[in-house]
Amino acid sequence: MREIQSRMNNTHGAVWVIAEQIDCRILTVSLQLIGQARKLADELQTSVEVVLLGDTLDGQTQQLFAVGADRVYLADSPDLVFYQPEIYTKIIVKLAKERQPEIMLVGSTSMGRELAPLVAASLGTGLTAHCIDLVFDENKILEQRVPAYGGLLSIICPEWRPQMATVAKGVFPMPELDKSRTGEIVPLDVPADIPRRVRTLEVVHEEPEGVPLESASIVVAGGAGAGDLEGWHMIAGLANALNAALGSTRPAVDEGWIGLETMIGQSGRMVSPELYIGVGLSGELQHMVGVTGAQVMVAINNDANSPVFEQVDYGIVDDCRKFLPILMEKIKEYQENLVTY
Amino acid sequence: MLRIIVCVKAVPDPKQASNIRIDPVTRTLLRCDIPLVMNPLDKHALEAALQLKAQLEAHVTVLSMGPPAAGNTVKECLALGADQGILLCDQACGGADAFATAWALAQAIERIGSYDVVLCGMASSDSGTEWVGPEIATFLRLPVVTRVREIPEYGGEWWKVKASLESGYRLVQVKLPAVLTVTRELNTPRALSFSGIVEARRKEIAEWGIDDLGVPKGSVGLKGSPTVVSDMTTQESKRQVEMITGTREEKAERLIRKLADAGLI
Repeated sequence: MREIQSRMNNTHGAVWVIAEQIDCRILTVSLQLIGQARKLADELQTSVEVVLLGDTLDGQTQQLFAVGADRVYLADSPDLVFYQPEIYTKIIVKLAKERQPEIMLVGSTSMGRELAPLVAASLGTGLTAHCIDLVFDENKILEQRVPAYGGLLSIICPEWRPQMATVAKGVFPMPELDKSRTGEIVPLDVPADIPRRVRTLEVVHEEPEGVPLESASIVVAGGAGAGDLEGWHMIAGLANALNAALGSTRPAVDEGWIGLETMIGQSGRMVSPELYIGVGLSGELQHMVGVTGAQVMVAINNDANSPVFEQVDYGIVDDCRKFLPILMEKIKEYQENLVTY
Repeated sequence: MLRIIVCVKAVPDPKQASNIRIDPVTRTLLRCDIPLVMNPLDKHALEAALQLKAQLEAHVTVLSMGPPAAGNTVKECLALGADQGILLCDQACGGADAFATAWALAQAIERIGSYDVVLCGMASSDSGTEWVGPEIATFLRLPVVTRVREIPEYGGEWWKVKASLESGYRLVQVKLPAVLTVTRELNTPRALSFSGIVEARRKEIAEWGIDDLGVPKGSVGLKGSPTVVSDMTTQESKRQVEMITGTREEKAERLIRKLADAGLI
């Protein structure tokens, strides 16, 4: 059952990006990945190829070329209007077996996180989750960097192809648009003989509450140090007082204090506010990689030896549950009277 | 009768896991004697199984791959109400990446034989990938829905589930047998009860090795893993911290002054 696909020869296949669209609009993360794919492909002296699936996508291919694609495989059908795991997987797996890409990059979106492992397992290759950097080693093997244990691990997939990775929005910058670039569009057939055991019937959008994390000028993030829901409400109160977006770490999500969609970091959101305040969190790299773009960073933690203090501009050692009420009172005074301290 | 298999993983206690560090020189794990607990999201997968069992005629098998100490996690599942526990425990399974883990679990599920629903937590707290559920589904040629946050329709051959998106959800229809991975929004896991613990003493945990699965040892564990860790670097911060000290009031005032001076608040 395990299908093994070994490297056939020494020339490099293309660098692929599985692009994603919602309502016919290409996601930012897909364009960012094409930009990074361009750099990797130039190093390998190969091409950038993008796979795009959806319905009525005619107008969307030009921007894929403008950010660096050489070729776009386009599957355009009313059957593909929503992400459908079986049909999407079958199209990509069939094409990958024919074209033998060297690398396949997928956005760390809800779709990408389901589709990427389906494709990887079908091709019998490895898949690295939520990378924060992608570079080549001296043998032109892709080093897929992920934070773990207070450092960065380089994960490689030496024997199998393609080398697959998922990457979140904001890890790589938006490439510059070159509107004069063109490329080849290769239309794909949508196979009819797909088992239809799983069907997306409907996609329902829900507006998240509060200030959106990515566009907020101030982000307050809380972690396990909140202690309990009452402590968490204090952190949420600080965010509210500063008109800040409220973010979280995985332990806070695991405790059930707040939803997964607020998680900042490697497997969550990447933010770059003017001011970041981390409260009751230990500075795990998985979280901190999501806030490195902040201008000014503050940490409040009761452990003076917490690694978080090595990664911020201002540190306060205190129990957040005792300190936050006083901080909020002082903020209120400052805001109401513009007291100058 | 609905046959449910729940895949659970014993992970280093997430509350202490941030203490695990890699020695940058020797590349060995430091402070890795942290106790193993059930992966938080897997508790929601088990709870989903137990709630289905309360409403339908169902049999719940818990399957875990891990070291002998992971037996405690399987035992905990039995005490919570699972009917049967299987621990896949073999040194050959050590060092498995998500692919090799999913492969071994899929072989164990095939050996269990009959099943209608395979439930997994969406992700594990230690490695953080979300690959094991969908990769099991691929190896077993089953449909999968990941990030399930609600199961509005169940009981028949086709179920309807809501799968979480970044903002909102997909309403998905899925035909059994199927693999579902679940989020914490799905339910609130129950606590252990004394009677459950007593009852679990009568339930057996089967311990399986790779020989029981009839697959070559080279297909599991480190040898069966397409990905390997090739290097480890420590990350140097570019920031120089200034600690703000004093009484609580002084610290608050000094922080506000710094932020106000910088035009941030």
